[in-house]
Amino acid sequence: MHTAASIRSQFPILKRKINNNPLAYLDNAATTQKPQSVVKAITDFYTQYNANVHRGMHALSEQASTAYEDGRERIARFFGATPEEFIFTRGTSDSINIVARMLEPRLKPNDEILATQMEHHSNLVPWQQLVKRTGAVLKILPITDEGRWDMDALERILSGNTKIVAVNHCSNVLGTINPVAAMVRAAHQAGALVVVDGAQSSAHLPLNLRSLDVDFYAVSSHKMYGPTGMGGFYGKHEILELLEPVSFGGDMIRSVEAFDATWNDLPWKFEPGTPHIAGAIGWAAAVDWMQSVGWDTLEAQERELTQYALDTLKQVPGITIHGPNTAVNRLGVISMTMDGVHPHDIATLLDREGVAVRSGTHCAMPLMTRLGIPATARASFACYNIKKEVDQLAKALQTAWKMFHPTVTVQVPAKNLWQR
Amino acid sequence: MSDDLYKQEILDHYWNPHNAGTLHGATVSAKEVNTSCGDSVVMDLIITNDRVSDVRFQGQGCAISQASTSMLTDKIKGMDAAQAKNLSEKDILEMLGITVGPARMKCATLGLMTLKKALNDRVPDSSRQVLDANNRTAAATSRT
Ligand SMILES: Cc1ncc(COP(=O)(O)O)c(C=O)c1O
Repeated sequence: MHTAASIRSQFPILKRKINNNPLAYLDNAATTQKPQSVVKAITDFYTQYNANVHRGMHALSEQASTAYEDGRERIARFFGATPEEFIFTRGTSDSINIVARMLEPRLKPNDEILATQMEHHSNLVPWQQLVKRTGAVLKILPITDEGRWDMDALERILSGNTKIVAVNHCSNVLGTINPVAAMVRAAHQAGALVVVDGAQSSAHLPLNLRSLDVDFYAVSSHKMYGPTGMGGFYGKHEILELLEPVSFGGDMIRSVEAFDATWNDLPWKFEPGTPHIAGAIGWAAAVDWMQSVGWDTLEAQERELTQYALDTLKQVPGITIHGPNTAVNRLGVISMTMDGVHPHDIATLLDREGVAVRSGTHCAMPLMTRLGIPATARASFACYNIKKEVDQLAKALQTAWKMFHPTVTVQVPAKNLWQR
Repeated sequence: MSDDLYKQEILDHYWNPHNAGTLHGATVSAKEVNTSCGDSVVMDLIITNDRVSDVRFQGQGCAISQASTSMLTDKIKGMDAAQAKNLSEKDILEMLGITVGPARMKCATLGLMTLKKALNDRVPDSSRQVLDANNRTAAATSRT
């Protein structure tokens, strides 16, 4: 049985002090910390068996190749996919760019691509660029005031012209867990492929991509306890077989003649050049680690903490929480604004108290426009966060509020009390 | 230098910015936006005989960006235009009297960047009106 303490003990960084306060790391939607087993797996690779993969007959290369492909297998299974269907990339952004390029030859002018108002720029800009190159049309699904997809609007927008539906599984601003299965059914009925940005969901929701029936699903290792610079995407086997590679070089070919070449099998057909071997090995260690903790613990811990945080933060004066206000179908990604205090000032003041949050537009400018705010301060949880850290956050927010609203909260004799 | 980014003087300028508003008859204006957070400053100046004879600004954003712009407008009023144009980040930090970490440098210098843009972008009066009209529609003019 894993307790919060036993989980935390595997992340030495959590013992750090920041500005004389214990660190409360609440910026997990940006990147999570890494358990010692992940750091060790990467160190072991570089100190014990570093070699290139797929091309050496010597012992080290064989060991590296085995660890790398075995890592892919464990990661793919973790997502309910087969290794042939799991292409390694540099991360979610890279994956979506590659998928957009792969689908490009299939698009005709006036075909439609549907994204939503809550997309990260990574799942919006590649499609904006794709429609410019192909003459296809980009459509945007609006969201409701609660921060969920407007499914009534979906019926009006989705049509026989829709060829690609590109949506995030979970919003990195609002925390919304989106009904991807329903979207997949509707999109497939209309004859469209579904590309899902899974950057935020992968660390927090057990996934079976085959049964979810998505066509593509992009993820980043660094948001799920693994190293940076590493990620991948799942693509349905039968679709990947039909599509052509978009970048070329070593490893991805079967044979090359002076003027032409044929492609390697899946998944290597889409992976030119020397891959991020240590990244794959570290990522595989991360999914092993998550499985050793177990989804029951991971999910229960985070859901409880999210509800606790929503209840606690609501009591801070001047706070508005953007996004669903209960922990139902919601991750622990909590975007806040405070009356009269800019998100940047909030983040700086929280940092003084050892609380790490992110402030800004979170790579979701169209969503900021929809919300009618310039930016938010965002706290986001991982499985090692505890209630004490939420309390530390709430206290630091109170301090920020007091600093910017001295006349309202400072205790003064009643006759001197005045309001700004 | 004070460690306190949010010392009283900064908060006072944030709450009650000096030289707030627009200037009729401005000879130069500019708008700068900090793309990472959406903070913006629009600055109007009247330059007569190569001096900053008047300045106003409108902005939207954090305490640091807005207070430092407010203090900057005080500082440059009456200043030689060439001297104002050559103000550096170091001058801004000295003016603020606080230590600013790398993450907030962009906030602290948003006003300075706007000023430099305005003074470098001096354009003939005839084309100014057109540019100005475009600038204005793009500018978020009120502080929230
Ligand atoms: C929803 C979402 N999509 C895409 C990305 C991009 O991920 P990466 O920076 O790892 O490519 C992020 C992370 O910032 C995200 O939160």
